[in-house]
Amino acid sequence: MSQEIQIPELGSVGLLRYSWRQLTSMRTALILLLMLGVAAIPGSLIPQRTQNPMKVSEYFKNSPDLSRWMDRFSLFDVYGSPWFSAIYILLFISLIGCVLPRTIEHFHAARALPPATPKNLDRMEHYASWTAQGDELEKAKAWFKTNRFRILEKDGSISAEKGFSRETGNLFFHLALILVLLGISFSSLFGMRGEAILNVGERFVNTPTSYDSLQYGKLFKEYNLSDFSIKIDKFTAKYNVETNAPEDYTLDVTFAQGDLTKFTKRVIKVNSPLKVRNTNIYLQANGYSPVVTVRDSKGNVAMQGPIPFLPQDANLRSIGAIKVPDADPQIGFVGSFVPTYARSTGNGAISVFPEALDPRLLLSAWIGDLGLDSGVPQSVYRIDTSKMKQVGLKSLKPGEKFIYPQGSITFEGYQQWVNLQIVNDPGKNFALLGGIVAILGLLASLFTRRRRIWIRAGKSIEVAGLAKNAAPGLDIEMQKFVTMLKGEN
Amino acid sequence: MARTWAYLSNYLIYSSMAVYTLSFFAHAVETAWAVRITTEDSKKTLDYKRTEKVARIATAMMILGFLLLVAGVVARGISAGRVPWGNMYEFSITGAMAFSGAYLAALRKYDLRWLGLLVSISVLLTLGTAVAVLYRPSAPLVPALKSTWLIIHVSAAIISGGVFLLANTIAAAYLYLDAMESRGERTAWAKRLPSLEVLDQLSYRLVAFVFPLWTFAVIAGAIWAESAWGRYWGWDPKETWAFITWVAYAAYLHARVTIGWRGRKAAWLCLFAGSTFLFNYVYVNIWGTGKHTYSGL
Repeated sequence: MSQEIQIPELGSVGLLRYSWRQLTSMRTALILLLMLGVAAIPGSLIPQRTQNPMKVSEYFKNSPDLSRWMDRFSLFDVYGSPWFSAIYILLFISLIGCVLPRTIEHFHAARALPPATPKNLDRMEHYASWTAQGDELEKAKAWFKTNRFRILEKDGSISAEKGFSRETGNLFFHLALILVLLGISFSSLFGMRGEAILNVGERFVNTPTSYDSLQYGKLFKEYNLSDFSIKIDKFTAKYNVETNAPEDYTLDVTFAQGDLTKFTKRVIKVNSPLKVRNTNIYLQANGYSPVVTVRDSKGNVAMQGPIPFLPQDANLRSIGAIKVPDADPQIGFVGSFVPTYARSTGNGAISVFPEALDPRLLLSAWIGDLGLDSGVPQSVYRIDTSKMKQVGLKSLKPGEKFIYPQGSITFEGYQQWVNLQIVNDPGKNFALLGGIVAILGLLASLFTRRRRIWIRAGKSIEVAGLAKNAAPGLDIEMQKFVTMLKGEN
Repeated sequence: MARTWAYLSNYLIYSSMAVYTLSFFAHAVETAWAVRITTEDSKKTLDYKRTEKVARIATAMMILGFLLLVAGVVARGISAGRVPWGNMYEFSITGAMAFSGAYLAALRKYDLRWLGLLVSISVLLTLGTAVAVLYRPSAPLVPALKSTWLIIHVSAAIISGGVFLLANTIAAAYLYLDAMESRGERTAWAKRLPSLEVLDQLSYRLVAFVFPLWTFAVIAGAIWAESAWGRYWGWDPKETWAFITWVAYAAYLHARVTIGWRGRKAAWLCLFAGSTFLFNYVYVNIWGTGKHTYSGL
């Protein structure tokens, strides 16, 4: 008589359970882990919008079709892309699905007593037996106590177990990773990050409009910006005279908090930001701002002040644009500032030292439409000269004036600017705590071995041991145990 | 004064290279001059008793070279008035020091002298590249590097790197011997190398031992980045590759402990993880963009 094979039907619940089991299996977790590593690679080879937006637009300019396709796959925003997120979210779900049941199981196991001594100890590893002297059980019990084994005494035998911190550490490690992820998400929801370029002498008041760029999380409220103001008093840069490399940047500021009546002097350095409650103020970049006065043909001042220029190399040759939209016709200067002037063959003016020892401002003047009303966003450091006409070229020393048919520009001198980064990152301490717990958990799990030792006393003494995962070192421990029992030292 | 120390450091590094060269030749002689003897069951094997003295000289030279290298690195630090980890030349000489230090430390516990030939040539190549291509005059640090975290973060990263590379070398030896054994018997000189199981275990132990330190190096880097750059993680290429290395070694440990990978598969995964570390050191330092541009090149 043949029996029909019954295949259990996989209903929707069954299917769900099946998928859950697949997702939380170790093999899937391992594949996801490796996928996460591989998925992180393109972001380090292709420029990313968050780090290098200029390079990204260069990509678009050089090969627009390819770039458009790459953009469809979020290759310029790898770490925020749907596919990268999908991998780490699946990985963390898999991790939670794996770790939570284990935590519960381990919680019970850690409170349970070790299992009774097996009947045939001689089948176990590290077996030894000798004639009893009488006090071995007491000695063993004391030894287990001092070595912090958990023991079960039964019928003239002791079963001892140790090394639970291996699994405890392992679980804490994985739970800590979840904490790190929570910290990161918390910051991206409730945090803020902004930058402001300030010339020496200027004052920054912490309101949204003071920033050159400001990003904040979905749940960040503007009134959460802490109320403070900073006045840039002095910026000092020290350079090595042999290598031209910077040695020290020091920023002196006057700081006021709350009702802005009490002022204190503070110092900001590269590795020591100014801390205001949850907000940190960092000194990020610096450069030169040539101070110019632009006059029209009648001698009226059309524009005056320091204009931040963007450094191009280690010796701070800087480029920038001076735009005078109120002049009629509009006038713009494409400029280059060199702190210590030298002439090179082929490259024109270069800078040979980052400190302003012999500054020069090189200008080319353009007349026409600056294109500021076209609605297309423009860089403040560049001018679109496609609808303009060049009217002159000049190299100026401080105090010198360049006169062209429509007016004049005077190079009054220079100032330094600093770029302040202002960050409120409320989740970072969770992430840090997660990191610390992860390391401690890792140490506990990699350097403890779970093992059992048994002793049975009758006419003869029998001992044996068993290490989980064949962890090494038990043989030495057993030797010590046996020597102690025999009273050989 | 600073210049005197810098010159002294250079002389010490050159001397250590000379001594490592002697060690390399001694290791080579040891392997080549061992007399081929035929045992009773007519299997060919090498008799290392005749070359025991050379082997001792080789190890002694390695220790001497290491000490000279340590002195060279220290002198370099004194000349610059800081820890000698400011550019890629300095990373390389310190890295070579960590690698041969890891070998000598492991030698106290395991008889790894068969690896000496490979270790001495790797150290020589690293030092040679450092001296010939990466050398930069000793100078103070740029402001971003002026932090106690330089000592903590970079030392942890360099030690981890040294041990990772040692584990890699052993995994490579495993694969080589494994291929040799699957073709038949080991050739005579390879017979004294440890069994495949021992190599397999050894590379695993090295990784398991140093993985927490690498985790620490990454976290210390994040703490430093937070105080220097205003964010603890920004997917800077260096950070990204440190993360990839961490993920790859985490996968390796899981594959071994949880799934039970051994042997060939595990060795390949170990090699892959190690190569992500090397890539980070070579490619990202020299050609990469981003904030970790301290190679000085």
